[in-house]
Amino acid sequence: MSFITKYIKSFTLFELMKGLALTLRYFFKPKVTINYPNQKGPLSPRFRGEHALRRYPNGEERCIACKLCEAVCPAQAITIEAEPKPDGSRRTTRYDIDMTKCIYCGLCQEACPVDAIVEGPNFEYATETREELLYDKEKLLRNGDIWEKQISENIQRDSKFR
Amino acid sequence: MTIEIFIGVLKIFSFIVPVLVSVALLVYLERKVLGAVQLRKGPNVVGPFGILQSFADVIKLITKENLLPSSSNKFLFIFAPMLTLILSLIAWAVIPVSSTYVIANINIGILYLFAVSSFGVYGVIIAGWASNSKYPFLGALRSAAQMISYEVSIGFVIITVLICVGSLNLIDIVESQKNLWFAIPLLPMFVVFIISALAETNRLPFDLPEDEATLVAGFFTEYSSISFGLFFLAEYANMILMSSLTVILFLGGWYPPLDIFPLNVIPGIFWFVLKVFLILFVFLWVRATFPRYRYDQLMRLGWKIFLPLTLVWVVITSSFLFYFGLLPS
Repeated sequence: MSFITKYIKSFTLFELMKGLALTLRYFFKPKVTINYPNQKGPLSPRFRGEHALRRYPNGEERCIACKLCEAVCPAQAITIEAEPKPDGSRRTTRYDIDMTKCIYCGLCQEACPVDAIVEGPNFEYATETREELLYDKEKLLRNGDIWEKQISENIQRDSKFR
Repeated sequence: MTIEIFIGVLKIFSFIVPVLVSVALLVYLERKVLGAVQLRKGPNVVGPFGILQSFADVIKLITKENLLPSSSNKFLFIFAPMLTLILSLIAWAVIPVSSTYVIANINIGILYLFAVSSFGVYGVIIAGWASNSKYPFLGALRSAAQMISYEVSIGFVIITVLICVGSLNLIDIVESQKNLWFAIPLLPMFVVFIISALAETNRLPFDLPEDEATLVAGFFTEYSSISFGLFFLAEYANMILMSSLTVILFLGGWYPPLDIFPLNVIPGIFWFVLKVFLILFVFLWVRATFPRYRYDQLMRLGWKIFLPLTLVWVVITSSFLFYFGLLPS
């Protein structure tokens, strides 16, 4: 009996029609494509993108040159040099991140006691030369100024899960 | 005399230009359909809805360097894509798009089409041989074997239709379907014809001559630039040709599905094009659905299933027609 149903099935192309019906259903389903430069997908507040050095609202740098981030960095991408300022506070004179070495693990922002170094929501910073990816302190502070609003918002949103 | 030649040339262009434009549309449509089935959008950047994508691709292909492999046979290497394209275009000479509009209304139209489509394999074989490289050669051999195997069953399918019509003229074939399309009484033959057409045009699931998993790109591995483009063009022109043949043989050509008021005032050419694109959509739909056949499975299907099936059906159809005295005189 199963012999007959097998032949009926194969001569009516039963399984093939089932496959065609499935692909036809998918043909009419809503599409998942995002029109990238015009549309962007949602990002988690924990998204680890381009680095930024933040400032306090009064404009003072948050970084206190404790070098925890430099110590924890598994890729050894961070280089920090520091000396005391005239007012006696420790501040960095040099804060470089080699973005070609960075593995975006986020350990630097976890280690930071003052939330100075953070990985912001920006992921569109491709460059044409390698040198442009060797970030210095000035570039990182500028990033902080540009992205401060979203970074503080993300820290706010994520704080209740920590 | 000159006027006649001029009109003839115009008539030829009135076929070739729409065919080439529909090739461009078909490539675009294929990418859209494949995209939609895979939940993507497909090309949507060049022009409105990306409809100019294929033209952009053609410009890209033309501006690329045409590479000639040093060990190839130069003349045949350049000649093969031209031959393939020419053969896929001259077949259009006998395709009637309406009861009056056809370039050459000859009374052996179907034989001519059959001969030209058999010639098509020469382009592939010459390309594979002239490349002097192993993958194109294997691709060409596969293509030859595959086309021969499936032309046998296509031949029997066509014979079944011819028994019902009693004429080799394509216009007569369509006109005998005015009341009942052959797809309904000859449904198994219709299915066999569509599947064989897929094999004949080297389309998935039978695209073994250009199987990228085993043969890089099959018979056009060594081709680049516009000579690759010509193969591409020819493959899609062949697809359109085989779909119009399907429409002529089984789906009543330019006749509307029902001979009732709002449908039968629409010109026949509209119905013809609509049906051709419907069959083409089936080609793309099948491509989006099925994985590629293994080579021995392909041969088994051709020789052990389609050949006996079509043979039996020829006998059944002719006995039926003979017994009830329905044979065309």
